Amino acid sequence: MSLLLEMFTYPFILRAFIVGILVSLCAALLGVSLVLKRYSMIGDGLSHVSFGALAIAMACGWAPLPVSIPVVIAAALFLLRLTERSRIGADAAIAVVSASALAIGVVVTSLTTGMTTDVDSYMFGSILAMDRSDVVLSVILCAAVLVLFVLCYHKLFAITFDESFSRATGVKVNWYNTLLSVLTALTIVLGMQMCGAMLISSLVIFPALTAMRLFKSFRSVVICAGALSVVCFCAGLTGSYLISTPVGATVVLVDLAAFLLSCMVQRLRHK
Amino acid sequence: MEKKILLECRDVSLGYEGQPIWEHLDFAVHSGDYLCIVGENGSGKSTLLKSLLGLLKPLHGAITMAPSLRRGAIGYLPQQTKAQKDFPATVSEVVLSGFLSARKWRFFYSGAEKAQALMNMGKLGILELKDKCYRELSGGQQQRVLLARALCAAGELLILDEPVTGLDPTAAQDLYRTLEYLNKSEGIAIVMVTHDIRSALRCATTILHAGQRQWFCGSVEEYLASPYGKRFGGGRA
Repeated sequence: MSLLLEMFTYPFILRAFIVGILVSLCAALLGVSLVLKRYSMIGDGLSHVSFGALAIAMACGWAPLPVSIPVVIAAALFLLRLTERSRIGADAAIAVVSASALAIGVVVTSLTTGMTTDVDSYMFGSILAMDRSDVVLSVILCAAVLVLFVLCYHKLFAITFDESFSRATGVKVNWYNTLLSVLTALTIVLGMQMCGAMLISSLVIFPALTAMRLFKSFRSVVICAGALSVVCFCAGLTGSYLISTPVGATVVLVDLAAFLLSCMVQRLRHK
Repeated sequence: MEKKILLECRDVSLGYEGQPIWEHLDFAVHSGDYLCIVGENGSGKSTLLKSLLGLLKPLHGAITMAPSLRRGAIGYLPQQTKAQKDFPATVSEVVLSGFLSARKWRFFYSGAEKAQALMNMGKLGILELKDKCYRELSGGQQQRVLLARALCAAGELLILDEPVTGLDPTAAQDLYRTLEYLNKSEGIAIVMVTHDIRSALRCATTILHAGQRQWFCGSVEEYLASPYGKRFGGGRA
């Protein structure tokens, strides 16, 4: 217990808690929509793009977030157009973009700094990566994501469930799809500093999958995914502190445990 | 009841990138009509449907709608997508989403909308399913839920895209009976794209046949007497 209390005396852990809770909440809310629209891998693709952008920013000595946020938003919009218009499937489009961005990132880093601790922390996340200005930016952006999500909740439900019907009733489907992509891009950029490019997409997918196994209405799935994501994050961060493991990976393992548990619950219910 | 024109195409050409699929299309849907659109695959049925829904601008001519049905007040029943089959949402949530149109910007549905939704579910015999999960329903029940949602969006005209595809024969017959009830008793006009020519000839008042850059529109008797009807209807009526 004293160990837990001691944990909160470190300012960097406090910062990690604030940003992590907000990011995991946003990721889970958006994740429900993305998973149901069969867009789950967009998080993975965008995190790799974000990695590429960060590598270039570091090579040029620029601040990471102001560079990667516009780049990732652009990539999100590009992916959206690509999947809407062309004959390439969404999965293939995302794989192409994600692999290319990762490759660019790796080549740029090896040409300049080489694989330093900084690069490693972007790949797999680091709790130390955030300073005070990152926290402020994260809080503002996450608040924006949450407010927009709540305001557009019904419309997002409608376009997730049935795009053609929504289009026919005059809902601006393209606008909401764009909004969803931009919000996802923001969440990914903010989350990948802590969880890493390789692991951030699991924050988007796991809570939604777990909640969908447990609940039957869209609203309860959304609420459960959000709550579960926050709980898993807190448990993961505490665990990583106690047994000194990387934050991102520990959070993902806690999410996985929750998912397996939900599978068991579902199995028991059907018996 | 005075028959009023709900939807009218006047000398309309439809197509993509300047290439017309439909040319000189003239027809009107009146209140209480039951119009079936039939034709081979790739003959432009979905293109026509898109235009009627206002999602595709005609290359030429104009599609006019009664003021009461301007965009946002069309009851549309699209084909089901794969994603919907395992969608976690209750029947009420799906039906209520029919009320979302472009103009409204609120977080909660009004009491009147909830009452209307319950009434529409009652009409379609799915009231007892209202708290069930959409993915646990049978195909026929899912179609009814989507139909209830369409009724929430509009009370005068329903546009259906191959509604019986994937349904077993009993469920399909149930759906046709429901549509007939909505058409006869509630006076709702129905426009339906279908491959089920036999049922189309039985239920519809008007048939629109899509051919390769040609089309035919007329009553069922006229259709059966026409070359299209002779070939397509196959004397089955």
